[in-house]
Amino acid sequence: MEFFFQLLITGIAIGFLYALSALGFVMIFKSSSVLNFAHGELLAIGAFIFLVLISWAQLPIAIAFLVTLVGTFALGFVIERLFLRPLIGEALIEVIMLTVGLAAMFKGLMLFIWGGNLYTYPNFLPKGLSFTIGGITIPPVYSAAIIIGLLFLLLFGLFFKYSSQGIYMRSVADNQPAALSLGVHVRRVFALSWAIAALVAGMSGIVLGIINGINVHELSAIGLKVFPVVILGGLDSIGGAIIGGIIIGLVETFVSGYITPSIADVVSYIILVFILMVKPYGLFGLVEIERV
Amino acid sequence: MRKLQFHPCGNFHENYNQELTIFETDFGRVSLWVGLLFVFVAIPELLKIILPTSSTYFLYVLNMTGIAAIAAIGLNLLMGFTGQISLGHGAFFGVGAYSAAILATRIHFPFLISVPAAGVLTALAGMVFGIPSGRLKHLYLTIATLAGQFIIEYVLVHWESLTQGTMGIILPTATIFGFELSSDARFYVVIYGCLVIMAWFAVNIVRTRYGRAFIAIRDNDRAAEGMGIPLFRYKLLAFAISSFYAGIAGGLWAYYMISITPEPFNLFLSIEYIAMVIIGGLGNVAGSIYGAVFITLLNEALRWATETMMNIGTLSGIAITIAPLREFFFGLAIVLFILFEPKGLAEVWRIVRSSFRLWPFSY
Repeated sequence: MEFFFQLLITGIAIGFLYALSALGFVMIFKSSSVLNFAHGELLAIGAFIFLVLISWAQLPIAIAFLVTLVGTFALGFVIERLFLRPLIGEALIEVIMLTVGLAAMFKGLMLFIWGGNLYTYPNFLPKGLSFTIGGITIPPVYSAAIIIGLLFLLLFGLFFKYSSQGIYMRSVADNQPAALSLGVHVRRVFALSWAIAALVAGMSGIVLGIINGINVHELSAIGLKVFPVVILGGLDSIGGAIIGGIIIGLVETFVSGYITPSIADVVSYIILVFILMVKPYGLFGLVEIERV
Repeated sequence: MRKLQFHPCGNFHENYNQELTIFETDFGRVSLWVGLLFVFVAIPELLKIILPTSSTYFLYVLNMTGIAAIAAIGLNLLMGFTGQISLGHGAFFGVGAYSAAILATRIHFPFLISVPAAGVLTALAGMVFGIPSGRLKHLYLTIATLAGQFIIEYVLVHWESLTQGTMGIILPTATIFGFELSSDARFYVVIYGCLVIMAWFAVNIVRTRYGRAFIAIRDNDRAAEGMGIPLFRYKLLAFAISSFYAGIAGGLWAYYMISITPEPFNLFLSIEYIAMVIIGGLGNVAGSIYGAVFITLLNEALRWATETMMNIGTLSGIAITIAPLREFFFGLAIVLFILFEPKGLAEVWRIVRSSFRLWPFSY
């Protein structure tokens, strides 16, 4: 029974990480309907910027964190300006392929700079974050993941629901020409959504790096793990991303705990195919009424 | 004898058939035959004369190009003509390779049967992952094929009783009617023969009702359905044909490589094929061949660069670190082509040709 609860806690924590990673992805999709295949690379870039800042530049944690956020924000802006903006209005296939190309580019570049080695951050989380409930210890990284995850999910939920920029983003995602004619600055919305998405990605990259260590291959694989999560939750739903993340996290941990670890990597994709066949718009996604 | 036709100075097509012709002029037809003659007769001989020491290496590069071109044509039929993005083509290539290997080692099928059988089996596998296309459109379908890629990779590694896992399978030497395909030169003829047949088939299928249905689905699926095209059936057919190409290419590759393991058939291979199709030109069969040539040469050039640096002792450290740049250059090539020449090398070639044709009176 203790094993079960341990798995449960781990699963929820990993689920929150997935949800957090999926958040930036949903952000881009919600505003510009772009499927970002370079999301995992954005995670890795954030993690590596943080690594460079704290272990080579020896900055204090708080400043390093802030600088990373600013850096990833700027990076998202630059990516949108350089690569995505020329493609506004182009066919979907080209935009998707562009992000696939970007993913390969970033990954190659990061492997070139840092290689395929596993790096770790110096341990900086306060010990007070470690909880013990009924004989089960939650390590500080997991509680940090859950706290940061909840915080940002709440923040973005409110952002999309109430802030004017969030409403602009939703309107652009819903109907670009209509939003344009109502005076929404579509280009700014795109730029902002990429910048925020890169920021969120960078942050979840840091949290993932604290837990698993920083490795280009693993972090970019998590970028692809985002797909089952968002499909399960619904591509354009923040709440769905959380629920989807937690479900996928739980399924993966339980499968690797009770069946075999090797199938855990692929089980989420099996779920993905199943969901796509049964309920393609996910649990909370907006159902487009269109028969094809 | 027929009068040889040259390019008219404008578009004077009078009926639909003229629009559909593959060769606008007899010059094109003649140059195709000359080109084929060059590929099958001149190149193997020329290689022996010009590069007597490294001719096997160049034949190897040519063979890899040919195999890649077959798979890329298949992907182009799916992506360029039907508009369905597939991120699982590398895995289907692997399914083809493994089907051929398993058929050859377990059931002792001869080369001539096991390669087409691999194509058919891969087509079936492709149809399984094409089933989501009945309900899903572009981006959802892309994700489904991504899942297919991972699931197939997993099966190839972990279904050990069939695929022998990471141990791999060693294939027998391919024989055609008792004629052993033991050298690169012999494989060269077989691979390019296959390529010619497959390219011919692809060029012609897009001119039939099936090809027109594919193009209609790509351009506007709702309108296509309104015109009475059963979308699901045609999408599934496109998946099947595309995977058939991947399967044939994979089967040839397995026989050519002699031993296969699951490692090469990863997501990166799929991206490589997509890069070929995009760089060559979406919706252009000849473009896929250009793309395959481009990517294979880029691959070999980068490998050559790293190897020469390895051999220069002081630079070997750099060589190890620049190896991942291969992936970077792939990504860069995809991005640059999408941004600046989305129609790919085929369009570049067309522009070059027409600027020659219109010279000096371009208008």
